[in-house]
Amino acid sequence: MSDRMLAGGELVCEALQAEGVDLVFGVPGGAILPFYDHILKYPSIHHVLTRHEQGAAHAADGYARATGRVGVCIATSGPGAINLAVGLGTSFMDSTPIVAITGQVTRPAIGKDAFQETDVTGVTIPVTKHNYLVMNASDIPRVMKEAFHIARSARPGPVLVDIPRDVLQEIGEYSGYPQSVDDLPGFRPITHPDPDQVQGAADLINAAERPVILAGRGVLLSGAEPELKDLAERAQIPVIPTLLGIGSFPGNHYLHLSLMGMHGSAFANFVANEADLLINIGSRFDDRIIGRVADFAPHAKIVHFNIDRSSIHQNIFAHAPVVGDAKNSLQALLPLIRQTTRPQWLSRVDDLRREHPLIVRDFDGKPSTQYIIKRIHELTDGKAFIVTGVGQHQMWAAQHYVTDRPNSFITSGGLGTMGYEVPAALGAQMGRPTEQVWSICGDAGFQMTLQELATIRDEKAPVKFAIMNNRHHGMVRQWQTLFYNKRYSQIDTTGPDFVKLAEAYGMPGIRVDDIKDVDSAIKQAQDHDGPVIVEFMVEIDELVYPMIPAGQSVNEMVEDPWMDQQPTGTARR
Amino acid sequence: MTMRRVISALVHDRPGVLNRVASMFRRRGFNIASLTVGHSERPEFSRMTIVVDNVPETALYQVTSQLFNVVDVVEVMDITDDDYVARETALIKVRATRETRGQIVEILDLFRGAEVISVSPYSVIIEITGPTEQVESLLALLEPYTILELMRTGLVALTKDDTAPQDGAWRGPTLVGAQSHRN
Ligand SMILES: Cc1ncc(C[n+]2csc(CCOP(=O)(O)OP(=O)(O)O)c2C)c(N)n1
Repeated sequence: MSDRMLAGGELVCEALQAEGVDLVFGVPGGAILPFYDHILKYPSIHHVLTRHEQGAAHAADGYARATGRVGVCIATSGPGAINLAVGLGTSFMDSTPIVAITGQVTRPAIGKDAFQETDVTGVTIPVTKHNYLVMNASDIPRVMKEAFHIARSARPGPVLVDIPRDVLQEIGEYSGYPQSVDDLPGFRPITHPDPDQVQGAADLINAAERPVILAGRGVLLSGAEPELKDLAERAQIPVIPTLLGIGSFPGNHYLHLSLMGMHGSAFANFVANEADLLINIGSRFDDRIIGRVADFAPHAKIVHFNIDRSSIHQNIFAHAPVVGDAKNSLQALLPLIRQTTRPQWLSRVDDLRREHPLIVRDFDGKPSTQYIIKRIHELTDGKAFIVTGVGQHQMWAAQHYVTDRPNSFITSGGLGTMGYEVPAALGAQMGRPTEQVWSICGDAGFQMTLQELATIRDEKAPVKFAIMNNRHHGMVRQWQTLFYNKRYSQIDTTGPDFVKLAEAYGMPGIRVDDIKDVDSAIKQAQDHDGPVIVEFMVEIDELVYPMIPAGQSVNEMVEDPWMDQQPTGTARR
Repeated sequence: MTMRRVISALVHDRPGVLNRVASMFRRRGFNIASLTVGHSERPEFSRMTIVVDNVPETALYQVTSQLFNVVDVVEVMDITDDDYVARETALIKVRATRETRGQIVEILDLFRGAEVISVSPYSVIIEITGPTEQVESLLALLEPYTILELMRTGLVALTKDDTAPQDGAWRGPTLVGAQSHRN
C-alpha cells in the first residue's frame, strides 16, 4: 500500500477499523474534537453517545464481557478522562479488555495547568494494565496496535491511549496498520505452562481423596469450559464457580456447586472446608472467598492455575502453582489425570447440599428479591444475559440465577462498582442484540447511572430492568443491622417514582408489590420489544444469607435463621 | 521474618517509567530502601538496582512478579542470593577543625576507596565508594565528629555470571510449592 497522508484523528479511526471495531462508546469535548470530526467519515464504526463518561466505560466493559471482544470508550481531556476512571478500575479488577482513548491538551500546553488539563496517564497508572501519551501522530498506528494487543492478551485489562489535540490534528504518513507487535520486549505473557508445574499439579490431583475445583474468570477468558468439564468428569471433582466464574461450568451439572465465600452457599463452604485438595483455575483468591486466611480450606493442599504470575502466592500459598493460560494448562494436564470414581466424597457433597440448601423466603404476599430472581430465572429458562449492580440483589442473583451459558452473568466483582448495572446492560445488549438482557438493579445503584436510560432509548436497546426497590442501600443496611447494632446511618435512598421515570424516558414502567403480579410483569417485559423498567417493591428486612463476616471463616458462618422455622422440604430449591 | 532483597531490572528509557515503577512499589506496600537508575549497555534501556527493605517472606515472590507486570519493565532479576558485586558512593560533609582534621584523615586510611575531596575551614567532604557495610562503618566512625550533610547514591549491582539476560527474562525467588498455604 502506498503511503497516505492522514491526520492523527484519522489514524485513530483507521486503527479502530483495522481492529474490527464496529461499536464505541464516548462523550466528545474540546481536546478530542478532531477525532470526532474524522469519525464522521467512518460509517462502519457506530458511536454511542452516552450521557456520562462513566457510562461509556461501563458500557464498553459490558460489551466486552458479553462478546469476548475488546471494548472501546472515548472521552475528552480532564473531567471527561477522569470520569472514565471508575470504569477502568472496574475493568482492571475483573480482567476485561478495554481500550480507552482520551484527548489531551495540546503538546505546548502540557504541564502549564491548561484548561481541562489532567495528568491522565499519571492518574490511571493504578487502574490500567498500561497507558500511553502519544506525542507524534506517526506513532498512533503502532500504539493502537500495542494497546489492543496488551488489552486482550494474557490477563486482559484496560489500556488507555492519551492523545493531545494537536497530535490528533497533525498530519502523518500512513503506510497501513501494523501487522504485528514488534517492540514490546517487556510484555511476554506466559501462555504455555511449564511441564514440571503441570506434573506437580497432576500428582496432587491424582493423590487427592476429597478434591474440589474453584473455577474463575480465567476459564471463561481462555475458553477452557470444555477442558474444565472434562477434568471435573474424569476425576469426579465438584466445581465451585467464583462470582466471575459463573457460567464456566454448567449450572445444572451434578458436579456443580454454588458459590463459596462471604455470601456463598453454606454447602459449598462446607465442601471447601472438608476438601483435601483445592484446585483454583483462573481466579486470584479474592478475600471475599478466602475470609480468614488461616482457616481457609484448612485440610486442603492448593493447586493454583493462573496466567498472571503475580496472582500466585499473593493471597494464598500454592503447593502446586501452574503459570499459564487456563486452556493450555488444562490441555496439558488432562492426559496426566487418572479416571476415578469417588462415591464417598460425592455422597458427602450431596449430603451437605441437601442439609444446607440455598433457600427462597417469602414474606406474606410480598415478593422477596430471591423469589423474583428465581422467577426471572425460570421464565427466561436460565438463558438470559444477566447484568447486576452491587449489593444484596447482586448476591441473590449470583445464588439463584444458575446458568450454563458462558459469559452470560455480568457483574462488577473485584471493584464492586454500584451503577455498573445500567450502562453495562446497554453494552451487553448492543453486543448481543438477539439475546434477552436483564439488568438486576438495586434502587440505589440504579440512581447512580440512570442518565443512561436516554442512551438506551436512543439506541433502542431492549434491556429489561428489574429494580429491586427496598428504598435503601440494602447491603449497607445489612452490615449496620448485623455489625453496628442497628445504628442506621445514611442509608435511605428513596428515589423518584420509577414508573413515571420510565415514562419520562419513553419506555414502559411497571410497578409490582404483590407476589401474584411478579410473573405477569416479567412476561410483559419479555413481550415488549423495547426497554422496560419493572420496579419490584421488596422488603427491607430481607438479609442475604448465608454470611461469613469479613475476615472470618466457615466456623462463623450464619445461615438463614428462617430456614429452621420451616417444615423440611418447603421453600427450598 | 522480613528481609532485604536486591533486584536488578532493565527498563525502557522513556518518560514516566520511574513513575510506573515507583507507583507499583507504593501501592503494593513495598518499602524501597534505595533505587538507582542509569544508562545500561543498550541505548534505549536503563538499568535499575532496587533495594527493597522489610520484605515479608510471604511477599518475596510478589515483589519481582508485580514489577515484571509493568509493561515498560523488560527484565527482572532478584539477585539477592546470587554471586554479585554491589557498590554505593557516599559524599559526607563532616565538621573538621584544625584539631580534628588529622584524626579524620587517619580514619579514612583504614578504608579502601575513601578520600577527602574538598576542604573548607570548618568542614571536609569525604567520598567513599564501596559495599553498603563499608559505607556504614565509616559513617559510624565519623559520627562523633558531627556529620553535617550526607548524600548516598544507593546501591548499584551486577551479577558475576558471564551471560547477559534475555529480553523478557524474569527470575524471582524460585517458584516452589509452599509447605502450607497459610501465608
Ligand atoms: C460506587 C459505590 N459506592 C458505594 C458502595 C458501597 N455499597 C455497597 S452495596 C451498597 C448499597 C447498594 O444498594 P442498592 O444498589 O440499592 O442494592 P441493595 O443492596 O439494596 O440490593 C453500597 C452503598 C459501592 N459498592 N459502590
